Amino acid sequence: MRKDLIRGSIAVVVFTVLLGLVYPLVMTGISQVVLPGKADGSLIRQNGTVIGSTLLGQAWQRPVLDAAGKPRKDAKGNPVTAPDPRYFQPRPSATGYSASVTFFANRGPDQATTAALTRQHLDAYLALEKPYDPGLTPALVPIDAATFSASGVDPDISKANAAIQALRIAAVRHLPLARVRALIAANTDGRAIGVFGEPGVNVTTLNHALDQGAR
Amino acid sequence: MAQGFLQIAVFCAILIAVVPLLGAYMARVFSDERVLLTPVLAPVERGLYRVFGIDPERGQDWKAYARSLLIVSTLFVALLYVILRTQGLHPFNPEGFKSGTWDVSFNTATSFLTNTNWQFYGGETTLSYFSQMAGLAVQNFISAAVAIAVLVALIRGIAARHGDGTLGNFYKDLTRIVLYILVPLSVVATVVLVSQGVVQTLGGTVGGIARGPVASQEAIKLLGTNGGGFFNVNSAYPFENPTAFSNLFEMLIILAIPAALPFTYGRMVGSRRQGWTIFGAMFALFIVSVVVVYLAERHGTPAAHAAGLVGGNLEGKEQRFGIASSSLFTAITTVVSCGAVNTAFESLTGLGGLVPMTNLGYSESVFGGVGSGLYMMLLFVLLAVFIGGLMVGRTPEYLGKKIEPKDVKLVSVGALFTALIALVFTALAVGTKYGRPSIFAGGPQGFSESFYAYLSQANNNGSAWAGYTGYVQPNAPGNVGAHGVTFADVMGGFAMLFGRYVPILAVLAVAGSLARKKVAPVGLGTMRTDTPTFAFLLVGVVVLIGALTFLPAFLLGPVVQSLTTHLF
Repeated sequence: MRKDLIRGSIAVVVFTVLLGLVYPLVMTGISQVVLPGKADGSLIRQNGTVIGSTLLGQAWQRPVLDAAGKPRKDAKGNPVTAPDPRYFQPRPSATGYSASVTFFANRGPDQATTAALTRQHLDAYLALEKPYDPGLTPALVPIDAATFSASGVDPDISKANAAIQALRIAAVRHLPLARVRALIAANTDGRAIGVFGEPGVNVTTLNHALDQGAR
Repeated sequence: MAQGFLQIAVFCAILIAVVPLLGAYMARVFSDERVLLTPVLAPVERGLYRVFGIDPERGQDWKAYARSLLIVSTLFVALLYVILRTQGLHPFNPEGFKSGTWDVSFNTATSFLTNTNWQFYGGETTLSYFSQMAGLAVQNFISAAVAIAVLVALIRGIAARHGDGTLGNFYKDLTRIVLYILVPLSVVATVVLVSQGVVQTLGGTVGGIARGPVASQEAIKLLGTNGGGFFNVNSAYPFENPTAFSNLFEMLIILAIPAALPFTYGRMVGSRRQGWTIFGAMFALFIVSVVVVYLAERHGTPAAHAAGLVGGNLEGKEQRFGIASSSLFTAITTVVSCGAVNTAFESLTGLGGLVPMTNLGYSESVFGGVGSGLYMMLLFVLLAVFIGGLMVGRTPEYLGKKIEPKDVKLVSVGALFTALIALVFTALAVGTKYGRPSIFAGGPQGFSESFYAYLSQANNNGSAWAGYTGYVQPNAPGNVGAHGVTFADVMGGFAMLFGRYVPILAVLAVAGSLARKKVAPVGLGTMRTDTPTFAFLLVGVVVLIGALTFLPAFLLGPVVQSLTTHLF
């Protein structure tokens, strides 16, 4: 018994050092040397500051102005924002697209709150897109546009969703629709080995591409 | 729909092509044979034995094996608890996280010790890199290796031909499993994951983006069927699972070891047909669960339909995975006792949610956790042999060994105890006021959350209907104002401990008993256990025991939900 305790204690210490420090630190070293950009989080920088990651969705909002032209604030004093029509909009997020505090929306299939929130997403989508796509009805809204993603930072939207938003982007930015569609195609990821997953249009890289084209 | 079934079919084809090879490799490792890595690792292995002060050739009987296992486990859980409680003092803590509360730390420590990896902690908002690496990731390796060691001991007990009752040496098994199987696979998997965009850095949060040494932990989290996320939303988060390809790879490495072990077993007992028979039974139950969850998720939910949305259920799923790959992942992570998720289980359809529940209801014997899945299935095999023996009126025997009343009693304890824990703890949680603060949703969904929480913890799975909470944190990093829901944390911790160690002790006792038995020659009347007929009987035993135990609970939750479009 005492021998076992001593052996056990040694094993615990040795394994903790080997598996808990040596292994992750060596893997960090290798990753940082071989694939530094990816190991760091596929970050997007502008003038040296990190403004996002190509793998993470983010908010594309603008402040709402009041009658006097000043940013409006809510009851808590936070600025009120609305989707910026100059950008493609990602899927709804329960976390405000937080990349540092993540949680699931946990909207159950038979909850009245789920129905109400889905209705809100649908209405918001129609309000933004219908002026540019008069034939749009709730039944035509792609499912990704009105449902919370799992991560809260899903960077992708469906091709159908991007095709609808393209009409707005072309009109607001005064771009030929063909140009917008070409950008969408350039920022679309296909299925893995042609079979797995779903094609997705990366809103983060697409919006940055739009801005670069504008400059 | 054809596209979805194509994904499922191609995945199964890749799996079946790969796992027999891995199974053969593991059999060589467990039998001390020379493998490709031997020249590199043998000196390390010998060095470790010298440091531990053990003679690797000295076998242990089941009691000594169990004692070593319990001592190592106790020391590890104590260390992990201390690490979590003193987190504020450690290096590699760029966000300056404070130490955890006692109840959440107890839950997390037991959860990683038992290969459950239930998440009452918030990864990126409460745990330092040191706690993740030296605390959680170490247990990802060790808890996996311990379960595989127990399985190997059982296999040796079954295969022993002229037994002195020894089952091998626990320290040696632990060392060889870690060195020759888990570490090499994890190293390769880490590189593949980083190539897809999984982060691996010690630089802290930058531009509001939390990071960390994720890939090295993700690799063993999946290979060891652990499932505890570096990030709170687990493998749904792009930094843990960035692409459709990484998702495919992750599904494969979750299943790799549990699906390969039946082949290892076949080789070690000297009959590959035995391995294929068990694999076949597992595979059949797996396919049913994939198809059902996929078909269910293709229909939307009552809530989405009420809102006017038309189409399948993408609530709580990621676009890059879509409904098919999310459904496949969901089935895989619950037949396997992994519990990593790329989908919010709380948002599954009623019928879709029944699938993970049913998979847990099989007591994680369908592939199951590394090691633990197959030892659980072997208990069911012994039960099937016993029942088959009763039907034909002969003394049941398995691979030439008589199964006696004492063995059947031990088998029953091992096979049924987790179910008992799950039901009793659920009853306490929903029948008293103490379980209420943890429940998020109304109606039958609230019951499903509670039931799933204790079912998942007792079976050491770790996936959750994440509305059920044991941890309250204001939405700000740094543990500020955070506290645990003590009842849920402590009950969950005990569910995991009982659900893990009672079956382990029963399995080792059975192994010890079998190891001493003499082998009887195969006669005309011997029931064969390597035929499709036996696989069918085995499936029947697993399904019937699960159904008899859990049907009433299933009815109260997901079945009610799939029968009504009423909103709560």
